[in-house]
Amino acid sequence: MKGLTTLRGLGRSELNELIESALVYAGRAEKGETSGDQLSGRAVAMMFFEPSTRTRLSFELAVNRLGGALMTCEPDTASTKKGESLRDTTLTVTAMGADILVVRHSEAGAPDAIHEWTGVPVVNAGDGAHEHPTQALLDAVTLHRRFGSLQGLRMGIVGDIRQSRVAGSLFHAMPALGVDSVLIGPEFLLPEREPDGFEMSTDLDSHLGDLDVLYLLRVQRERGTLIPDDYIDRFRVDPERAAAMKPEAVVMHPGPINRDVEITGDVADGPRSLILSQVANGVPTRMALLAALRDGIT
Amino acid sequence: MILIRGGDVFSDSGFEVKDVLVEGERIAAVGAVDVDGVIEVVDASGCLVGPGFVDMHTHLRDPGHTWKEDIASGCAAAAAGGFTAVVAMPNTDPPLDDAKIVKEVVRRGDETGLIEVAVAAAITHGRAGLIPSDVEDLYECGVRVFTDDGDSVADAAVLRSVMMRIAALPGAVVAQHAEDASMTVNGHIHEGSMSTRLGVGGLSAEAEVDVVKRDLDLVRETGARYHCQHVSATGTIELIRHAKAEGLFVTAEVTPHHLSFDETAVADLDTDFKMYPPLRSDDDRRTLREALKEGTIDVVATDHAPHAPEEKAVTFEEAPRGVIGLETAAAVVSEVVGDPRRMFEALSLKPALIAGLRDQGRPIAVGEPANIVVFDPRQEWTPETFVSRSSNSPYKGHRLTGRPLVTVHNGRIVYSLIGAT
Repeated sequence: MKGLTTLRGLGRSELNELIESALVYAGRAEKGETSGDQLSGRAVAMMFFEPSTRTRLSFELAVNRLGGALMTCEPDTASTKKGESLRDTTLTVTAMGADILVVRHSEAGAPDAIHEWTGVPVVNAGDGAHEHPTQALLDAVTLHRRFGSLQGLRMGIVGDIRQSRVAGSLFHAMPALGVDSVLIGPEFLLPEREPDGFEMSTDLDSHLGDLDVLYLLRVQRERGTLIPDDYIDRFRVDPERAAAMKPEAVVMHPGPINRDVEITGDVADGPRSLILSQVANGVPTRMALLAALRDGIT
Repeated sequence: MILIRGGDVFSDSGFEVKDVLVEGERIAAVGAVDVDGVIEVVDASGCLVGPGFVDMHTHLRDPGHTWKEDIASGCAAAAAGGFTAVVAMPNTDPPLDDAKIVKEVVRRGDETGLIEVAVAAAITHGRAGLIPSDVEDLYECGVRVFTDDGDSVADAAVLRSVMMRIAALPGAVVAQHAEDASMTVNGHIHEGSMSTRLGVGGLSAEAEVDVVKRDLDLVRETGARYHCQHVSATGTIELIRHAKAEGLFVTAEVTPHHLSFDETAVADLDTDFKMYPPLRSDDDRRTLREALKEGTIDVVATDHAPHAPEEKAVTFEEAPRGVIGLETAAAVVSEVVGDPRRMFEALSLKPALIAGLRDQGRPIAVGEPANIVVFDPRQEWTPETFVSRSSNSPYKGHRLTGRPLVTVHNGRIVYSLIGAT
């Protein structure tokens, strides 16, 4: 069992199964019910070789809620700092008895390589600019809870798409779930070629009135992207742009947000914003995934 | 004495079913041969018999990186691929940039008794791209190919001064690994739809095309012979086609893997598909295949680049670049070009000519040096293990058609899959 390193190749029914399961976990949590012990006797290792707050905490809470044992690997103190190879580190953790590895790494493909070496299921918690599958899944769960279905929704994805691993997973999930999407941003932040099933545009304002979902991506200053002078004029979502959208349209962002760069504070905290719902849905979504993987490894 | 019986024998006029008798280091008879006193008989029926293959682009890794390959293991891998000569690239440690070390590598190649090892010497000291090597001295000890392979000679003034000197040496050639390093920082695969989808840094085709364009201007000016190593991009093919039409002495090679695969092969980020130049688009691959068939690309060269399993068992971005190719090259060329004559041209005649190897790439005729391959164009096989010390092959587990059965070097059987009787 491979785990989940990419959403490529997952069909609508497989995605819907995970979404349905996440909705069940979310419902139980809201009613204050416990979630069972699907991970009892199992160990899940958190191997984060890049910083993370929400993804990591949300995976940890998901493991705890399912009764699993949590192994954490601190990259700053890990033996990789002492020159141990990534392969040796992951083999070591697996030898201790980790049943599932949750991996974040700065390199595309690292989770697949780790699965290849260790043979245990690996969940990709973000690999370079490649994919972040659980983010796209929790986004789908969030949209499902808001709209009842994703079929026929029109989504605009705005910002640093070229370097975004979140976009990398949305590229696969959204077409599979029937969402019709357009990628929007300055040319140098758009992919060289549009992915299958996507349009591209450099003009946000011409799309605002058609969108059900405005999905903003952070400009990744930490990866060296310079914010051009006219970015804010052309792409920042402020109250005026929010007002130009359909009445029921929503604004999403995988976080962390750069307030006043891609979105103003009043929109991020305003009624259209699903940003905190996305964060909340991260936990049941990851529970659903871990439980599904557990069923695969018994 | 060796009798190679009943094969389809290559000559200037085409292929014909004949016997070939080898006596000492030479071919003693071609035709219907009387078998008296023959020690070894090779049944070559259904096989092509032609001049041994010549690889213009082999990394023997010796001296310095012998955990990947050494002269003996590399020569054995070459013999298993039907090669009777290889041109060893200079990116060793220390680099092959002076006469003393070149002679040492050639001598150790001879000592294996397996194949002929020629050396491509570094254009600049230490392959650092700054100070030209003593090319006249290297030429004196037999070097004909000059390259800083693995890196481009980026500095136009340095390359120009070396080209002027090489133009004065009959038969010497500058071979360029065309890659503008300033454009390939953080790049790992072809810049295109796959690099977007995988989020892996791209290598632009322009990084190759721009260097070749500049080099051709220097060729026009200096009159040096120029060989373009491992071409990968359609733009480069167009430049070479024009340069040839113009009458410049420009040749080009392509690797087997650029003929077989395109960028989609890296979808799983398998490190056995990481090499520079990268596998490019399907259109590029088609262009390369056509260019090889029509002769714009002269030569297939393996860029045999061994890396140990533990070096490749890392993430894709960290993995060293390069794949092995000696043992699988002939099958790929046979499949791609179809025509056996073109196969021997691309794998033997042309590379021998460009690299100045006088005992290689000769017709199968009386008095010629006995460097011969017996190649079965129909045998199907799946490479799993390799004679090379390394196994970083993109063809692992791939069904191939066509296989060298026997390799004869200097009149001796140095490799045989059928066992001579």
